[in-house]
Order: sequence, then structure tokens, then C-alpha cells
Amino acid sequence: MSGNTTAASGNGVPLIEVEHLRVLFPIKQGLLIDRTIGHVHAVDDVSFALREGETLGIVGESGCGKTTLVRALVRLVHATAGVIRFRGADITKSSHRQLLPIRREMQMVFQDPQASLNPRKRVSQILGTPLRLRGVPRSETEAQARDLLTRVGMQGEHLNRFPHEFSGGQRQRIGIARALAVDPKLILLDEPVSALDVSIQAQVINLLDELQGEFQLSYMFVAHDLSVVRHVSDRIIVMYLGKLVEISPAKELYQKPIHPYSSGLLAAIPIPDPQENRKRDRPLVGGEPPNPINPPSGCRFHPRCPRATDICREVEPPLTEYAGGHLAACHHPQHVSAAEIAASRRSEASPLGAGDEAPEAGETA
Amino acid sequence: MSAASSLLEVEDMRVSFATEDGLVRAVDGVSFSVAPGEVLAIVGESGCGKSVTAMTLMGLTRGPNARIAGRATLGATELLSASEGALQRIRGGAIAMVFQDPMSSLNPVYRIGRQIVEQIRVHDPTVSKKQAMAQAVELLERVGIPHAERRLQSYPHEFSGGMRQRAMIAMALSCSPRLLIADEPTTALDVTIQAQILEELRTLREQTGSGVILITHDLAVVADIADRVIVMYAGRVVEQGTLDELFYDPLHPYTWGLLGSITRVDRDTSEILPAIPGMPPSLLNPPAGCHFRPRCPHAFAKCGEVPELSARAPDAPGHLDRCWIEPEQKRKLRVVGDQIGLASPEPVIA
Repeated sequence: MSGNTTAASGNGVPLIEVEHLRVLFPIKQGLLIDRTIGHVHAVDDVSFALREGETLGIVGESGCGKTTLVRALVRLVHATAGVIRFRGADITKSSHRQLLPIRREMQMVFQDPQASLNPRKRVSQILGTPLRLRGVPRSETEAQARDLLTRVGMQGEHLNRFPHEFSGGQRQRIGIARALAVDPKLILLDEPVSALDVSIQAQVINLLDELQGEFQLSYMFVAHDLSVVRHVSDRIIVMYLGKLVEISPAKELYQKPIHPYSSGLLAAIPIPDPQENRKRDRPLVGGEPPNPINPPSGCRFHPRCPRATDICREVEPPLTEYAGGHLAACHHPQHVSAAEIAASRRSEASPLGAGDEAPEAGETA
Repeated sequence: MSAASSLLEVEDMRVSFATEDGLVRAVDGVSFSVAPGEVLAIVGESGCGKSVTAMTLMGLTRGPNARIAGRATLGATELLSASEGALQRIRGGAIAMVFQDPMSSLNPVYRIGRQIVEQIRVHDPTVSKKQAMAQAVELLERVGIPHAERRLQSYPHEFSGGMRQRAMIAMALSCSPRLLIADEPTTALDVTIQAQILEELRTLREQTGSGVILITHDLAVVADIADRVIVMYAGRVVEQGTLDELFYDPLHPYTWGLLGSITRVDRDTSEILPAIPGMPPSLLNPPAGCHFRPRCPHAFAKCGEVPELSARAPDAPGHLDRCWIEPEQKRKLRVVGDQIGLASPEPVIA
């Protein structure tokens, strides 16, 4: 969905800004009195901005905090610390009432379309409720719901059916239609196609692409499938164990991943092309992600990283901004020359606890 | 693939289930063979019959409402008509299976070690508990679980998804099966763990020479590990060939659609993905003739009859497909290679 025209608002304020966002889940234990014995560091000091009309992809292994991050943005989970701004206004601590107009502009589409549609409601009710909340008069809701359905590639007569009468792909279309019903500016897509078959995946991805152009939407696209994310995103965030480790323009991430974790993640994905696959040299990431209750010191990736040295064990790497808006948090970056490192600077989005050390130039291979 | 060298021969297997709504033809005449040391991938969308094919081989689809016909021979045994007792010896022995969800296929109330030991001793009662335990340690080490001895004392919930799947593979290997059936073994796992598990499967195949049937919907995984590929659609095999034939000279329009609709991590795909319109038919009431006809952009009058699965291209006798269009004509129609940037369809000498 790259290359779409940015909608209205030329005032330069990003749609969403996140500063040092932290979401910790307490772990309680005890019979009568719950004592907090630790925290799961789901999202740990993450900062980024989403521009209007942009598609921002978020990738990472399961448990890296990508879903929690997205849920924190719509305030489905509470931020422990940090600031979330929507069009420049701080919404981190807004009340339910204050959030209502904002939630109209931010909608979510979930991974499992079966679980996210009420099985007892007909499609007309599923789409009618958000329409009425937007202020559409009762007499017009049915016509508008019909429009929405046809817009997502379904037929008007589907209005009277229940969710179980549809296939997974169709249910996901209904989920998208429901999100569109309140005329949002931003849609947060949490693994929207991973439960679907490949041929249906392609249909839904194409649909999302069309809708983005038509309604000037911004997307945040969470997925574990890096090839799908590459196809849809303008920029991509790579997360590891609650930390943002790299944020890069989409194509560049695949051509020159700076963080060793990003390249490990890319190498792990097989290519649907046998000859290319045989040619590829694939440095595999060994091991498994560590426990987010007690994350490793310094750089969180160091126990699995082939380039780790002493500094990685002790000092948390700052986010370093390289040319072209490519940021990475690594002491030993890959695919960057000494000159590029010299031209780089410490990003303001760096975690608060990060060290000041500039990255070391190593081999650029 | 000559019959003499093959490990498993499946001929015209048909599985249907009587339901309240009518007869569901889940598998409709499937034939294939697996050679020792070979990875045969069965690909297709959900509901195409790939899992039912695998489960029928293991005798797991038998039931009062199931009708099973055809032949499947593993060595001297005919699997489809074997008695339950004979099957019990074969399951876990000559044929082992790894399922998609490792959590629901391990018993949550027994330690991992006990479950592996049980499997070893059921198939060979002469092995002592102690010997079996030693074997279990070896197996876990072989599939890359660190601290195997300690890990045997863990319960399944203490394992991560990847480790559970490794434990499942260790269990499957405990009786040195001649055939390993892996049903979506990596679908529930992260890509990094998927890569590790696939590497594991590759090594094991080389070390043990077992045949592997890999069931998956992920063509990238197929490209990574398979030797030969079967594409299934709505209960039938629509195309069968070597890995390179299928990727560089796909002959069935459904295969084109599948290959066209995937995104690639290593290069740009066109802005709009060439998706297959519509969705797979219901197996209760599939379309007459070629099942793909309603979604096929090249369908013509003749497609109302069911095409045979046969070798149509004179230059590739092992490459079967089920489509009425002449191969030469298809090679002209086919645009999929350009769409997803596959290398030119020159045959590769493997």
C-alpha cells in the first residue's frame, strides 16, 4: 500500500505519537492477599510516530509485545508509563467519555474473525450498531450497512445472516466493514490475515489496499508473516521482547537489516522459490525468546545474538538514527559503513535507560 | 517412481463421511507413492482433504459414518483394511505422526519422559524402563532440546511451543518409523522456530532414511524442504510433480493461483496480488466436472467433465495434472512466473 497519496491535514502533526510507552502486567501470588511478585515486560519503553496515510507494520515473534502495543494505543490495556498522543492530544489518561470521539477515529480488526463477531447477532445488527453510534438515523442504517457490505466485496442479502453462516474470509470482511462503519482515520489490524488461506489472504490484502486509497486510511498492521508485512507496509517496526529494535522504511529493512535480530528473522523465512532457497545462506537464530518476566540485561537479544560482546550484556543500546529514517538499537550494527555510523545520531526515541555509546563499526557483511 | 522402490503406495483412496446434510466426499480418489528418504508435500487450502488423507493412512478416520475405499500398502501391510490391533502396532512403530498443535497432542498430566518411555515400551516390551529412559534422553538431545535429562521430568505446560513440537518429533522417532507423517508441523510456531524444526526434519531424514509426508498450506515451507509435491483441491489431486516442476512449470490453473497469491519476503510483489476469486466449494455439493471450474478464468465447455489425473506434457512423464487444457496452451496462458518473479521455467538438474 506504498505510494498512496497522503490525505488532507498538511499540518505535520503525526496521527499517533508514542513516547516511552511501557506496559507491564503484574504477576500476583498469594492466598488472601495478592502480592505482586514480578512483572511481565510486555512493552518496554517504545517510542514511534505514525504519519497520516501511512501503513506501519509491526513484526516480531509471539510474545514480543506487538499485540499489547496495539491494544495500548486504543486503550484496551492501560499504559504503565509513557505518553500516547492522537493528533497531538495526550490520550494516555483520558476518561472513557473523552475517548469516545477518539475511538471513532481508531478502529481495530482482530485476528480471529470467528471470535470477534457476536454469534447471536445478524450482520445487520453487527454493522448497524456502530452506524447508529455515528449518528446515522435508524431509517438509513440498513441502506448504509448494505453499502458497507458491498464495499467489502459481499452482497446486500448477507445482511440477514449470522456470522456462522460465513467462511473465515467473509467473516474477516465483515470485521473490516464494522471497523469502517464509524468512518475511522486509523485502523489497527492485528494479524488480520493469518487465520485465512493463502488465496483468501490475497483477496483481503487487496481489499485493505483499495479501502486505504478510497477512505484515506492509515493502518497499523501487526503480523508475524514478514512477507505479508513487506507487501503492505510503508515502514516496519521490528520488536523483540517488548523493545523496539529496528524501525525502517519497508523495502530497506529487507535489503539491509541493521539489527542482527531483523536479519535472523528474515533468514528464517523460506522463500517460495526452490532455486533461490537453495542459493540462500541462512544464518539461523538459535534458541528461543527468553522469559519476559526477567528479561536479559543490556541488549535483550544478546543471549541469541551471534555478534554479542561484553557491552551488549551490560549496556542497553540506544536507538541510533541512520540516513533515510532507518533506526536500530544495536551496538554492532550490520550493513552500515563506518561513514554511515559517523553520520548517524542518537535518536530521541531511545529508551530512557539506554547508554550513550555510539555503535561500533564492524564488518558490513 | 517405480512400485518396487516405494515405501508407501496409495491407490485410489476415497474417504467420505455421512452427515446430516448429506455425504461429504473429503477425499475423492487420491493416489500417490512415497519413496524411502523422500519428502512428499501435500499442499492445499483448508478443507481440501489433505489432513483426512493423512489421518486415514493412520486409521484415525474410521467411524460408523465414514466410508473408506481404495488401497494403501506399506510394505506387506494394507493399511485401509488392517485390523485395529494390527494398526496399533503400526501406529507409532512403522508410521509415526506429528500434529499441528503440540499442546493438544501431548498428555498434560504426565511428564514428557514418561510419555516417551511409554511409547518405546509399548512397541518393544523387552526394553527395560531404565533403557527406555536412556533412549528418551538420546532422542531429546537429537531433536535439539538442551539439558535433556532434566527436561524429561518436565510437564508439557513447562515447555514452549517449539520445545513441545520437538518433543513430539522425538516421540515420533522413538521407534525409528519408516514413514513420518507431519501434519502442519510448523504452522503454530514462530518463523525462527519453524526454521529450526525444518532443519531438524531435514537432518533426520538424511540420518534415518525415513520417508516423510509433509502436509502444509505454506508453499514457502514446501520450497524449503520437499522433493515432490501434490496439490489438492476439494478432495482431489489436481497436480503432482517434482518440486521444480511444480514451481517452475506449474500446469494446473489452481496451482498458478496459489503461487500467484503468495507474497515474497525477498522481493517486491505487484501492487495488487493476483488473488483467486471466490472460495473453495463445499464438499457436500461440489460442482460437477472439474471442481475448480467455477473459480477458473480459463474454464470452457469441456470442464463439465472430470479430467483424469495424468501426465499431459510429453517432456515430463512424472508431472501429472488434472486439467483439460493442452500443456502447450497452458504454458502460453500461464503468467504466474512473471507475477511473483520466479526464475525462468528452465528445468534444473538436481
